Amino acid sequence: MDFLIFQVPMLTVQAVLDGLLLGILFALIAYGMALQWGVMNIINIAQGDLVILGGYIAYFMYLYGIHPAWGVIVSPIIMYFVGVIIYKLVINKVVDRDLFISILATFGISILFMQLMNFAFGADVVLANSGYGTTMLFDNSVTLPNSKIFSAFISILFAIGLVIYMKKSKLGRAIRATAQNARAAKILGVDTEKVYAATFGINAALCGVAGALISITFTIHPYMGLPYTIRSFMIVIVAGLGNLPGVAMSGMGLGVFEEFADYILGTEFRIGSVFLLLVLILVYRRFKLSKKREYLK
Amino acid sequence: MNKNIILYAAILIFGIAAPFVFPAFKVQLSILCILIILAITWNVQGGEMGYNTFGNILFYGLGMYLCASVQVGMFFPLAEWTEGGGEKTFVHTPAQFFQGFAVGLAVAAIVPAIVAGLIDYSILGLRGHYFAICTLGLGVAAGEISGGIEIIGAGQGFTTPPFPKVGSLEARGEFFYFCSFAVLIFTFLAVKAIYSTRFKLVLNAIRDNEDKAEAMGIQTMKYKIIGWMISAFFCGLAGGIMGGLVGYIDSTDVAFDGREMGVFMVLMAILGGKGTLWGPVIGATVFHIFKEGFWTFFLGWQYVALGVLIVVIVIYFPEGIMGWLREKYPERFGEVVDEADRKAQVELK
Repeated sequence: MDFLIFQVPMLTVQAVLDGLLLGILFALIAYGMALQWGVMNIINIAQGDLVILGGYIAYFMYLYGIHPAWGVIVSPIIMYFVGVIIYKLVINKVVDRDLFISILATFGISILFMQLMNFAFGADVVLANSGYGTTMLFDNSVTLPNSKIFSAFISILFAIGLVIYMKKSKLGRAIRATAQNARAAKILGVDTEKVYAATFGINAALCGVAGALISITFTIHPYMGLPYTIRSFMIVIVAGLGNLPGVAMSGMGLGVFEEFADYILGTEFRIGSVFLLLVLILVYRRFKLSKKREYLK
Repeated sequence: MNKNIILYAAILIFGIAAPFVFPAFKVQLSILCILIILAITWNVQGGEMGYNTFGNILFYGLGMYLCASVQVGMFFPLAEWTEGGGEKTFVHTPAQFFQGFAVGLAVAAIVPAIVAGLIDYSILGLRGHYFAICTLGLGVAAGEISGGIEIIGAGQGFTTPPFPKVGSLEARGEFFYFCSFAVLIFTFLAVKAIYSTRFKLVLNAIRDNEDKAEAMGIQTMKYKIIGWMISAFFCGLAGGIMGGLVGYIDSTDVAFDGREMGVFMVLMAILGGKGTLWGPVIGATVFHIFKEGFWTFFLGWQYVALGVLIVVIVIYFPEGIMGWLREKYPERFGEVVDEADRKAQVELK
């Protein structure tokens, strides 16, 4: 076997850098998932489709001559309302029910979104060209598109902003209180219904930011949602709920893993290796816990 | 009891006569049989055992690929066949075709069951939504990986051997219909027999409270593994027949089709009523009729309808048709109803 990556050592640097920058984006999506999982105890299979929808918003701005980087502002605002509408229509009926019900219901939303996006935007792979150019490092052996650096920077900015918002603002405190104990929060006068709607909206807005950045840096396609859901789920279970540095670290780790899988196994196995890694991580955790006679639940 | 025999006889007669009475719907009826098998097998996990799996599609697709590969590989080089145009250069004689298909089906049933037995110990230790997501990942991973393997056609797909003409008789539709119908009866009787033993009670105990079941001295892991192996066995059979019926295997669109079959089997079982013997059968029939009607008249909007249907069924109809009937006519299900209690409840409402 002659792997390109072992013949050209600089590709390792390339893969690591690409992976880190990609991983920051994953971490942003996973942060949204951890938020709603922690607060509402819901696993949203449609997470990835919200990301793609956010990406299409930026893409359409690009089509109409607006610089797609503005999508980072516009997309979360639109996606917040999309999230609130989804919450009002579907999610509020599954919040206190069995988790499998929420998985299935959001699976339905995911299929619905996939097909509606396919109708509305066509089945082509598209990207919004930001025209940022590329940076060359190490004697031109490592190429780094500036859009990737931009997207990582914006993701970090949004993540920090959200952390501060959750700590300081009234709504943030209400969200944290509801996550700790929804019933007690209700007794103390928190309108949990509103908190849930806001949480889902914020999650969708984060997906919108990530989607806009993905449409600038990579490509988007109506059926590409599910891998993003699985990635964010994986990041959350590795890091644990409410562990923000962990989410960032495991997100970047996953990004690097994917880049290496891409180089070593080949691009056709990239998505497959992500899903396989999920299974392996779950099985590993199951055996680790079973030593203590516990189980993942 | 007497009533049941009449019912079963009526279904059997209808099943045997159907392809001759409705010759235009032979393929649809075969697909209906396959869907019912998948719904019944899903119900063993999701309904009776409480382990909501998205991963049964893995065994279905595995069975499909195995059956076709064995059928080709027994007589011709598999790699040359899949390289393109193999089905034009190599032609199965009728004897080879049926021999290959029979062996292929046997392999398609047994190997997935063994695979299920091997991976079960690791995966069935997960519970609740971790199990659901893990099996979802397993199904998608299988599809993605099989789409990269050259010998079974990779991305361009795998054409199963074309049905041979015996003399001047062309009976492709009838052959696959009776295959699937026979497997359906086999599955139904096997599951019915299993449900009348202690095994079903154990599965229900696991669903209701696994820790307590274990504390009562039941080796839950053993029963969970056996339960999943039974599912895998019948899923593999169904997949093998479906591969021959469709005539073309694609990794993500036909075999490991989590977006369609993988969701359908869950939906059908829930629509009919989880945890009942007849629920999946009724659910699959209703679903298939609805689906075909919708697919025909609103082509293109089918996935939109599917998404809406999932959300509506899951939110407003989680008990399914059997659950609804049970609430309405509890006497029919052998429940003793206290009239006074019932009246009091009506007044309360």
